[in-house]
Amino acid sequence: YIVTIRVKPDHSGVVTDGVKHSMNPFCEIAVEEAVKLKEKKFIKEVVAVSCGPTQVTETIRTALAMGCDRGIHVEVSGKDYEAMGPLQIAKIFAALAKKEEASLVILGKQAIDDDCNQTGQMTAALLDWPQGTFASEVTIDGEKVKVVREIDGGLETIKISMPAVLTADLRLNTPRYATLPNIMKAKKKKIANMKPADLGVDMVSRVEVLRVDEPPTRLAGVKVETVDDLVAKLKANGTI
Amino acid sequence: MSAEQAAALGVSYPPLQTYSEEEGMMRDAVNKFAQERLAPFVSKMDENSLMDPEVIKSLFEQGLMGIEIDPEYGGTGSTFFSSILVIEELAKVDASVAVLCDIQNTLINTLFTKLGTAAQKERYLSRLSTDMVGSFCLSEAESGSDAFSLKTRADKHGDYYVINGSKMWISNAEQAGVFLVMANVDPSAGHRGISCFIVDRDTEGLQIGKKENKLGLRASSTCPLNLDNIKVPEKNVLGQIGHGYKYAIGMLNEGRIGIAAQMLGLAQGCFDQAVPYTRQRVQFGKRIFDFQAMQHQIAHVATQIEAARLLTYNAARLKEAGRPFIKEACMAKYFTSEVATLTTSKCIEWMGGVGFTKDYPVEKYYRDCKIGTIYEGTTNIQLSTMAKFIDKEYDH
Repeated sequence: YIVTIRVKPDHSGVVTDGVKHSMNPFCEIAVEEAVKLKEKKFIKEVVAVSCGPTQVTETIRTALAMGCDRGIHVEVSGKDYEAMGPLQIAKIFAALAKKEEASLVILGKQAIDDDCNQTGQMTAALLDWPQGTFASEVTIDGEKVKVVREIDGGLETIKISMPAVLTADLRLNTPRYATLPNIMKAKKKKIANMKPADLGVDMVSRVEVLRVDEPPTRLAGVKVETVDDLVAKLKANGTI
Repeated sequence: MSAEQAAALGVSYPPLQTYSEEEGMMRDAVNKFAQERLAPFVSKMDENSLMDPEVIKSLFEQGLMGIEIDPEYGGTGSTFFSSILVIEELAKVDASVAVLCDIQNTLINTLFTKLGTAAQKERYLSRLSTDMVGSFCLSEAESGSDAFSLKTRADKHGDYYVINGSKMWISNAEQAGVFLVMANVDPSAGHRGISCFIVDRDTEGLQIGKKENKLGLRASSTCPLNLDNIKVPEKNVLGQIGHGYKYAIGMLNEGRIGIAAQMLGLAQGCFDQAVPYTRQRVQFGKRIFDFQAMQHQIAHVATQIEAARLLTYNAARLKEAGRPFIKEACMAKYFTSEVATLTTSKCIEWMGGVGFTKDYPVEKYYRDCKIGTIYEGTTNIQLSTMAKFIDKEYDH
């Protein structure tokens, strides 16, 4: 994921044109978990969903090549896409989860471009479903899901009822590579197209980005010989 | 833009570097797989001159060993061009792994698919796509470029043949479960006696000799073979008796595009390692990339690689379109192998002292590229073949 990101000259955001986009790594882990659950026969069907312009179909196809059964592309482009944030996506997911009568919604814990870490939580709240976030282990037990969560203090194990929302953390699994035969099979799988309006979702953002700046350039440090020198320097520049 | 998108927009002549959605996805998948899963094995395999069985297993698991084989036989069911892209992506990381994949797909699988009886396809294609490596045995100590002067004999005895002789320079021999052996059933008929025999590894009298200690492509096993009174049933004849020379030529015409893809990937992979170094290394207060002499050399090499790519892709597309492609395939193999030699040599120079050490990957690319101008038809053979076509073009 080595990409040099530049802030736009008008400070309205970062330059995304010409930057290679691929599936968010936590979402890859989420897809892998869903496909694994299907292989273990806990769930019947996995639907891969992505919201965005035409290019996202490539990402959906990758999910299909990993083993999802079908895809849904929710078309969002232009200004709506630039303003799209976790709340709008959560609304779309909530609407789709109801429409598809899903028993689980599995997402990556956060996207590595904005690091919001909100979509899963918001989706659960809108649906009034239980949530198992930062999952490092998922076990289905009848109508309940046991989730081991990675938290600051260590690991927390919870049991929640389905339908539920789960978000995938790093150690949940190692995503498979799409094999060539599966890529060929993915060609035949269907991707449905729809717009947010079809789901009754209003895409208006309640958040306005005022300005985006690069972090300040790191200044050179100063080396000192003794602890006394250090204290003197810190006092001199007002730090202590 | 994919080929499908171009067609939808009414772009009739998209650039050569346009791929179908399927080809694009395959290339990206293999690129990721090669850079992440294969890369850690490369240096050790080169040092020990040994292909790690894990690597071969993962090639099969990813479906890379049966790219054009029908899904009915466990293959991927994709196209020749997809194979070319796969070989290129693998070669960016390791030319030895790429050649294993190339021989399997462009030589072994193609021969079985084109010439196999239903029973032979049933028996071998599903193994070749899932767990068995194949080897192609044509060259001998006394017959390399002069391939059809081969001396290995096959004598008919009722419903089986007895084969005697030795083969040399057989790639994949250490790993192969099946060998396609070219032997002559009737030396008095000259090359019209050459026939192709399917020989299983466990056939009595088949001895696989010690592998060569090579300059490059070290992880690819290259062994001599001894065939000592081996009995091969009639049902193991591939295609027709006496037509072996045609099969060999036909298949090598295609295989040469595969080698072009390997050399292309090798050149690109090496280039991709060296250029970032030139952008970081500072001398005389600026990046060495910023010196005009460096820029000119780098741009020249980049141009050669681009030309090599276009020759390779075009030859592959011509073949897929069912159009004459032999001259273009020769051009692709000849040119890309020369470009690989130029590129790797220059990359070491650009990296200076560190380029000359084994701590950095470019010296391996330099060693690996040399075989490109030699195997599957030497440069001189390619040039002579091209000349024959050119000569004919001016016949009135």
